[in-house]
Amino acid sequence: MEKAIVFKNIKKSYGSVQAVNGINLTIYQGEFFGLLGPNGAGKSTLINMLAGIVKSTSGTIKAMGFDVEKNYQEARHSLGIVPQELVFDPFFNVREMLRFQAGYFGKGRENYDWIDEILERLDLTEKAFTNMRQLSGGMKRRALIAQALAHRPPIIVLDEPTAGVDVELRQRLWAFMKDLNQSGHTIVLTTHYLEEAENLCKRIAMVNRGKLVALDDTKKLIRKNSAKNLNIKIDNLDEQKILKILKSFKVFIKNEILSISLENLEELNDIIVLLKKNKIKFFDIQTTEPDLEKVFLQMTKK
Amino acid sequence: MINWKIQLKGTWTLLKKELLRFWRVVFQTVAAPVITGILYLLIFSHVLDGRTEVYAGVSYSAFLIPGLIMMSLLQNAFANSSSSLVQSKVMGNIVFILLTPITYIQFFIAFLIAAIVRGLFVGLTIYLLASFYIDLPIMYPGYVFSFAILGGALLGTFGIIAGIWADRFDQMAAYQNFVIMPLSFLSGVFYSIHSLPPFWQKISHFNPFFYMIDGFRYGFFGQSDTSPHLSFLIVLTFFIILTGLSIKLLKTGYKLRG
Ligand SMILES: Nc1ncnc2c1ncn2[C@@H]1O[C@H](COP(=O)(O)OP(=O)(O)O)[C@@H](O)[C@H]1O
Ligand SMILES: [Mg+2]
Repeated sequence: MEKAIVFKNIKKSYGSVQAVNGINLTIYQGEFFGLLGPNGAGKSTLINMLAGIVKSTSGTIKAMGFDVEKNYQEARHSLGIVPQELVFDPFFNVREMLRFQAGYFGKGRENYDWIDEILERLDLTEKAFTNMRQLSGGMKRRALIAQALAHRPPIIVLDEPTAGVDVELRQRLWAFMKDLNQSGHTIVLTTHYLEEAENLCKRIAMVNRGKLVALDDTKKLIRKNSAKNLNIKIDNLDEQKILKILKSFKVFIKNEILSISLENLEELNDIIVLLKKNKIKFFDIQTTEPDLEKVFLQMTKK
Repeated sequence: MINWKIQLKGTWTLLKKELLRFWRVVFQTVAAPVITGILYLLIFSHVLDGRTEVYAGVSYSAFLIPGLIMMSLLQNAFANSSSSLVQSKVMGNIVFILLTPITYIQFFIAFLIAAIVRGLFVGLTIYLLASFYIDLPIMYPGYVFSFAILGGALLGTFGIIAGIWADRFDQMAAYQNFVIMPLSFLSGVFYSIHSLPPFWQKISHFNPFFYMIDGFRYGFFGQSDTSPHLSFLIVLTFFIILTGLSIKLLKTGYKLRG
């Protein structure tokens, strides 16, 4: 498989803050890849270094074989980056912005059809002549995504493209990304919606505190880390006490519900016995299939 | 993979965007400074005409006009590159350029030309309006043109540096109020420096605006306070120094790439 993006020993520090702390990661051409991690993990910093907006403290990054510093022009030609911040240029309308953006990459009239297609696919055609300033937040996000695609890059990187965006656009966007992926584009995304990542990404990397903590096929990653989930509702839940009693298990408490990743079903009995012994009353118990969220919480636990 | 056609198209696109940017708010970027320039002309020439004849055979109003044109040209060239940069930085949309293969040289050229164009546009408009009011023949168009371009370029470059450095609009305003305004007012727009006491004459010789305006004025009347060739050389030297500095800042990504 040909490499699309290679991060080699990448570090970035801001004063005493180690935003990215030695990441090695290769993403292959044609992949649909997810980069996950809690807020402040270093995902955006990593993407911004790839984009050349931020300079790495050490290490090298290549896009389609081109070093992002030494051969930055070639590297940037191959990258379409959707930044996390919802930025826009208030002087222009949507279509002007797209044409400018393609123009910076040397593309002109021959590319106009593609721009119209992007507008269509992101449901922006009606807003093509609307000034950027007058667009709603969701529409601005679409325009931001469209701008990254304007020069038709082989690699598309989306930094939380669906943050604060309605369900309809999310579905539309992902359908478009799937099509682009099918036609050979490499897609890399970060998102807070783990369900989304689970459904879309074939492979996932998890980052925590600037380090890679997991990297695998999405399905394997989920299977490897738990067999089943156990959810228990408890009367007068005392977090500290419960965590102490069940300290040998992978326990999370969310919305007053005790959630435990089981490695095997034997553990189910052990847990019930332990709870009984400690006179803890539960009034609902349920097992579910494992999902990415549990793996995520586990991997990124302090 | 990257050929000159791509580079040219990229530079042209950025230039076009910069030109459109000021054109969209032409009332603020051109009409406002033109009106200011014309007001200066009407008031000063009304108050002072007939009293002071700076050069033999040149009325005060005629003397004033080239200075006003050049002052407006310089201020607007500066305003164009500096405000565009600060605005893009504050709004965050500078990333749209930083993400592209546009090199620091292309970036410099596009911002520079846009600044010169806006400066020339303002200057030319003032000239045309003023020529309704007073007959103002140009003796050496070549000098007028050269000083206009070089002056616009110098201030455009200075604007790029200021725009890179400033993080906020008020820092930008400080540049305008504490550097650009005093230097342009104390440059001999409204008077010949020969009318100043010797000490202030000396001080004036350290002001690059003086040379730009003096050389520009020479193009109109064939008379000036200093040799126009010396003036051109001095302004060119300033331009080369500031170009070196701004290209260096752009190349290292100072305050633009984290
Ligand atoms: N410009 C900056 N200056 C100082 N610290 C920064 C800067 N950008 C990011 N950081 C810090 O680096 C860490 C990683 O941030 P980021 O990459 O934005 O995380 P993520 O995108 O995963 O939420 C955070 O601790 C953040 O505060
Ligand atoms: Mg982020």
